[in-house]
Amino acid sequence: MKYYDKLIFELSQEGRCGYSLPVNKYPAAPEVPSALKRQSALRLPQVSEPDVVRHYTNLSQMNFGVDTGFYPLGSCTMKYNPKINEEMAALPGFNCLHPLMKDELVPGVKKVYEEMNKALAAITGMHTFTFAPCAGAHGELTGLMLMRQYHLNRGDLARTKVIVPDSAHGTNPASAAVCGLEVVEVKSLENGRIDVEALKPLLGPDIAGIMMTNPNTLGLFETQIQEIASLVHGVGGLLYYDGANMNPLMGVVRPGDMGFDIMHLNLHKTFSTPHGGGGPGSGPVGVAKHLVDCIPAIKVSGFHGNFGVILRAYAYILSLGKDHLQKVGQYAVLGANYIKECLKDVYKLPIEGVCKHEFVFDGLINDGAHDDVPGATTLDVAKRLLDYGFHAPTIYFPLLFHQALMIEPTETESKETLDAFIEVMRKIAAEAAEDPMILHEAPHNTPISRPDETTAARNPILKFQDTL
Amino acid sequence: MASLPYLPQTQADVQAMLDRIGVNKLEDLYSDVPAQFLHKGAYALPDALSEQEIRDYFASLEAMNTRLKVFVGQGAYDHYTPSVIPYLCSRSEFLTAYTPYQCEISQGTLRYIFEYQSMLCELTGLDVCNASMYDGPTAAAEAMKMAIACTRKKTRVLLSATLLPHVVEVVKTYAKFHGVEIGMLQADGGQTSLSALKAELAKDDVAGVIVPSVNRFGIVEDHSGFADAIHAQKAVLVEYCDPSALAVVKTPAEWDADIAVGDGQSLGLPLCYGGPYVGFMTVKKDHMRKMPGRIVGQTTDKEGRRVFVLTLQAREQHIKREKATSNICSNESLMALWVTIYLSLMGPQGLKEVNKLSSDGAHYLKAELLKTGQFEDVFPGQPFLKEFVLKYKGAGSLQEKLEKAGYFAAYPTEEGYVSFCVTEKRSKEDVDRLVSIVKEG
Repeated sequence: MKYYDKLIFELSQEGRCGYSLPVNKYPAAPEVPSALKRQSALRLPQVSEPDVVRHYTNLSQMNFGVDTGFYPLGSCTMKYNPKINEEMAALPGFNCLHPLMKDELVPGVKKVYEEMNKALAAITGMHTFTFAPCAGAHGELTGLMLMRQYHLNRGDLARTKVIVPDSAHGTNPASAAVCGLEVVEVKSLENGRIDVEALKPLLGPDIAGIMMTNPNTLGLFETQIQEIASLVHGVGGLLYYDGANMNPLMGVVRPGDMGFDIMHLNLHKTFSTPHGGGGPGSGPVGVAKHLVDCIPAIKVSGFHGNFGVILRAYAYILSLGKDHLQKVGQYAVLGANYIKECLKDVYKLPIEGVCKHEFVFDGLINDGAHDDVPGATTLDVAKRLLDYGFHAPTIYFPLLFHQALMIEPTETESKETLDAFIEVMRKIAAEAAEDPMILHEAPHNTPISRPDETTAARNPILKFQDTL
Repeated sequence: MASLPYLPQTQADVQAMLDRIGVNKLEDLYSDVPAQFLHKGAYALPDALSEQEIRDYFASLEAMNTRLKVFVGQGAYDHYTPSVIPYLCSRSEFLTAYTPYQCEISQGTLRYIFEYQSMLCELTGLDVCNASMYDGPTAAAEAMKMAIACTRKKTRVLLSATLLPHVVEVVKTYAKFHGVEIGMLQADGGQTSLSALKAELAKDDVAGVIVPSVNRFGIVEDHSGFADAIHAQKAVLVEYCDPSALAVVKTPAEWDADIAVGDGQSLGLPLCYGGPYVGFMTVKKDHMRKMPGRIVGQTTDKEGRRVFVLTLQAREQHIKREKATSNICSNESLMALWVTIYLSLMGPQGLKEVNKLSSDGAHYLKAELLKTGQFEDVFPGQPFLKEFVLKYKGAGSLQEKLEKAGYFAAYPTEEGYVSFCVTEKRSKEDVDRLVSIVKEG
């Protein structure tokens, strides 16, 4: 990666252009009345097509991606993004379709939605999916709306609270709050699972449901799920499944069978569509049969969701078929356990035992702290990994441990890649023990060094115009 | 059964890893899962397809759809996409990157988002832009929640009846569960009515008002007096905009709006049956800390070089958790890149020319349609750009007749008008042919 310091605005020259348009053969229309016209100048860049191509190519070269290297990124399932899927999603016969075209005009599209619905239902054990949500958090919100709608349809207005474990993804409580639900937190036990005894007194006629991630964000299977499901259902609540961690269950366990009533999937995680630097994603929501009637009342995006992302995921499912589904889950779990076992003598493993697709270390066993030199932190380890050509793991999440370092390899990484990662992680641990300063100052080999984030927040410069 | 080329594990790899873990077989890795939850039997899925078979199957699906020349807008506009955009956006360094939390290896993403923010601020005239939202309607819903958060003790948000119906539906869904009351502002002569607005504001419970800059009839609205009336009640003005049109029509800042939202789809994104698109939101500086979503800011690294980071994160869901007023996490980053490259290529002149070509085409089509004598101009004299509505006086469904001739046009509005839209992608020959089909009766 090479540092490149231009903004497109800085390449601009008055009178240069990067477009070509057809000759205007129409008579000139009357202009918009001057009271309704734009008054201010429009200071967009004026650049040629080669300028644009070179600029964005240079920018791209300061980026890390799945195609560049390994992401051990917990809860994010950064698996390989198959190229055939990109090509299929770009087919003109899909791209040219206006979203308001009647169903009869787009049977090929309808077939994709129907078959996706069937496939996701088969994989998850849910009854029906809605594809309107555009991301995981959007799916959570939609799912909670469906939960509330279900209770409203039964005339039950008292269910204003939702239970969320303390290990939950940040989006869970945020989605609940946006949906007008009060969040009640349930603690985790020492072994990382939900404390069922602590859950019991929280349950009552004011509980709309519980949001769970299983395996949870520690990568641990909630072994008491059956009891939790019967307790929550027993007081009339519903179970919501956060599908961010669905990958290890692919072909092995179905959320619907565990008693979940509502769930979302992240097609950009489990179903291999690219993250795109933070979207577009797709967060279809599946419901059990008793909630199907609630779907039409919930309109959460403009048209039919992110159809282009759904096409990619569909191509992926066709490549998996029933034959390879189970390998996805099993190999994801295999890789995670392998890394865990190979590193637990140098990184603190707070909870022993088999994990699922991810696991959490609580920092280094020997952080190298001595005299006045503070020990190497999880942030330091993460930044040092960048020097060795790996992306950082998810850090300081879940909130249960001070030095949380959350690792998820995914099934598309080879043993050689995992071994190389393990070797580097051991090397970093050795560096920390010897001289933590190397880690404090990392990264050393990236296009930029650590940024001054305090100044960024204190004196925000949020657009090019702020610098003029 | 076709093999799956995305799994690199050999039998020997699997065995070596199992040995290292200390278990005998893959199934043992699920020993913590209660046995009754382990799925038995085959999954109800088709057999795995090879790449060639997937290609053939998708070709058959694609061929089932009817490809029509699009003369409808209603929130999704068929503008031209320069080749450079998909070419650059498919670079895997952009496409396969994660959210740019690790800024040292994400300067590419962070820089284009900063450029995107700058361009949307320039188009709308407002101070701060976030890194993108899902689509226009959800951006409007976020603006609705923001209006409530910005104003104390106000519980109602007003929506103009001239907003696109899908925008209204999404905002209403969010409002219902967020505990916000929605009031509809009736239209007068095809525009949001100032007197209706004043009457509603007098009730003293309004937190915000969402009005379209160019409305669902295609009319460029006149919002003179809106901001003064709204601000006098300490409420916020939200302008819902087609960002392409902002090159030529009065900006949200010029109307003294507090928040601007809309869909970036009109900036060169393919129709793609409704998504992925990209919502945008820009706000006045006073409202910056109430803004949802990620924001990129400029700072320096240890060597003093200009660098970009995600900033003001205290606003976001992963910090605020149950105190959050927005849950947005993933957005539409790659589509923001798409828009950024589009605006770079078009520049100020190109964007104005796109508006001119589309508007000239739409005015020509409207005039030619009126000449057939089969239409009534329901909003005569109202200014419009690329989109307009008419009342069809002929028999039968005009939409179906045009469909049979290869056109997606004359989309019916809830009032029974027919809506048309012309972009620079439609040639004058296309327009003339459409008119001749109408004439044939």
